[in-house]
Amino acid sequence: MNQMTSPLGKDLVGLERLSGQQIRAILDTAEPFKEISERRIKKVPVLRGKTIVNLFFEASTRTRVSFEFAEKRLSADTVNIAAASSSVSKGETLVDTARNLEAMRIDMVVMRHGSSGAARFLADRIPSNVINAGDGWHEHPTQGLLDMLTIRDHMGRLDGLKVCIVGDIRHSRVARSNIYGLLKMGAEVAVCGPQTLLPQGIGDLGVHVLSRVEDAIQWADVLNVLRLQLERMQAGYVPSLREYNRIWGVSTARLERAPRDLLILHPGPMNRGVEIDSDVADGPHSVILNQVTNGVAVRMAVLYLLAGGQPEKAEAAKQGGEA
Amino acid sequence: MSGKILLRGGRVLDPSQKLDDVRDVYLVDGQVATIGERLTPGDDAHVIDCDRLVVTPGLIDVHVHLREPGEEHKETITTGARAAAAGGFTAVCAMPNTDPPVDDPAAVGFVVSEGRRAGAARVYPVGCISVGRRGERLALIGEMVEAGAVAVTDDGSPVMDSGLMRLALEYSLAFGIPVADHPEDLGLSGRGHMNEGLVSTRLGLPGKPNAAEDTHIMRDLLLAELTGGRIHLQHVSTALGVEMIRQAKARGVRVSAEATPHHLILTDEAVEGYRTEAKMNPPLRSVADVAAVRAGLADGTLDVVATDHAPHHYDEKEAAFTDAPNGVVGLETSLALMLTRLVGEGVIDLPTLVDRMSCQPARVFGLLGGTLAPGGVADVTVFDPEAEWTVDPKAFRSKSRNTPFGGWTVKGQARCTIVGGRVVFER
Ligand SMILES: [Zn+2]
Repeated sequence: MNQMTSPLGKDLVGLERLSGQQIRAILDTAEPFKEISERRIKKVPVLRGKTIVNLFFEASTRTRVSFEFAEKRLSADTVNIAAASSSVSKGETLVDTARNLEAMRIDMVVMRHGSSGAARFLADRIPSNVINAGDGWHEHPTQGLLDMLTIRDHMGRLDGLKVCIVGDIRHSRVARSNIYGLLKMGAEVAVCGPQTLLPQGIGDLGVHVLSRVEDAIQWADVLNVLRLQLERMQAGYVPSLREYNRIWGVSTARLERAPRDLLILHPGPMNRGVEIDSDVADGPHSVILNQVTNGVAVRMAVLYLLAGGQPEKAEAAKQGGEA
Repeated sequence: MSGKILLRGGRVLDPSQKLDDVRDVYLVDGQVATIGERLTPGDDAHVIDCDRLVVTPGLIDVHVHLREPGEEHKETITTGARAAAAGGFTAVCAMPNTDPPVDDPAAVGFVVSEGRRAGAARVYPVGCISVGRRGERLALIGEMVEAGAVAVTDDGSPVMDSGLMRLALEYSLAFGIPVADHPEDLGLSGRGHMNEGLVSTRLGLPGKPNAAEDTHIMRDLLLAELTGGRIHLQHVSTALGVEMIRQAKARGVRVSAEATPHHLILTDEAVEGYRTEAKMNPPLRSVADVAAVRAGLADGTLDVVATDHAPHHYDEKEAAFTDAPNGVVGLETSLALMLTRLVGEGVIDLPTLVDRMSCQPARVFGLLGGTLAPGGVADVTVFDPEAEWTVDPKAFRSKSRNTPFGGWTVKGQARCTIVGGRVVFER
């Protein structure tokens, strides 16, 4: 496989700079990979001999595990580094981390970091492929991709759909990746939440801005409900979690007044009874567990494409040939 | 030893005397002796050919951070004074937010003596407004002025307590110095790392709204009006800030204000790609703000160009954006950037530039120089307005290289910097 021919370029830092065609290529490539997870032996030799480091400066069980499954199912050699056990917590700078990775001749780095721009920073400094697994409030591209794949699975398309992202948009990398990706795929996008959690100028990205969740439910085909972190209440963005639930919580009672059935997504982990009620999360229109399944397939697709795999050869690669 | 220097045949540009003509300038014993045509110098005079060069009263930068004491790995008074001379500056005012801060007469004395020892641009100390820059009680302003402080400020931080700011303005009246403020409402700017707007939203970086600066500019103007004190507003970056200062001046408030080269030239788009060289406080703002700051400099609402020269060690800037410190160096690029982008684009003419970089700084901070009138101090800048060069941060005399202008091709360069009749820099 040859990195020069990767249809995505060297790295996946975000969806903002990808074209609709590139996003479609990732989603289409993910389709054949879904099936691998259903097999008895869930392994294909696509990335045999490749070394991948999962570098997590912030705790995240679900994203890290999802990447790790994707890597292992493609037969890569993986190493996990968590901030708590690494020299990072002893004050090592990001630039030293980059130099060390470079010295170790790692093929790919999957990084989660608390600072916006950290993935770009690393990608600019090392020859390895860098996959952003979330940087600060900036982007979480594989989450955006798996959300889109899940919506496309259930609605049959993205073009022309109305998707509303509900909750803490200001501090959300998931929101930004969804906005960039969905707009490129022809969806209409709205954001909804208390104005304190909507960043300045968000409307200029080309999204509708709704302040009441009732309006979002009237408008949308799909709701992507974001987690409200406890620290936002502590920082004063909302007065209480109970009030947040009363005014912005997605409940069955509210959904019953919708003009159509809404597809419900949540990137997890959920605060049941805060941004989403349990009967909605576990209800018939929730695709939250499908998101988890699709997460592995999308990440396999990204790894495959960054390693130089071609979208049209994914089916063959999966059958045992190397890409 | 300052003997005799004849600056031969340059374009002598001195707004203080409304002079703009080809002349000889004769400097004797540290003073300007004569300006005239085809002067005959003494046999012992050093003659400097200034053909096609511009000769002006020495440039003065009233806002620099020289980092000494405490952060000598970024800059020292000596390296800063030499960088200033290389940039064509004959004097700079050193901000007191060092470690420890310059908040007593002994610290002021240290800056004075280190500045003298550097033997380059003059270094004027600025003292703190409050003890330890803590914003609680007034520092020894009177004794610091006696020791050589030319102004006071808690720069790096605003004075958040309006009552303390009022006291500082009132108390400083006795000493005839301006009280300089870094206008920023920290409650509004909070954890911000760049201008608040579409770019910060896209990059996922916390922003500082214009209102954080505007609120404090308004407050400072009201307090200056209330007390009759002299407020000097540092690094003004907002359109409304400029307009409020304009209106205050019209009603007689004693206010002066700065514009930095970076706020006159760059917008928050420069942060794109998480470029930490474009991270400073106040942050780079919008196109409309840049236009307003330019208009403010042109009509005199903003009295001076000041660089806010803020050196940082390279590895401090080589970091994730939110981990990197604020600040850019400016001493060695200011003149060229102003010539290229402000004069070159017709925003101001050359005499206005010299006024804003020499005459007004001297007037506002009550410093020597700002004029070539005979009898005045022989602080002179000679520059080549046509010299084209490319900004190479590695070639800076400053210890630090943190500039967003690296690689820019600019026009205009200092050739000779003379302080007290002594050549301190020649290129
Ligand atoms: Zn400042």
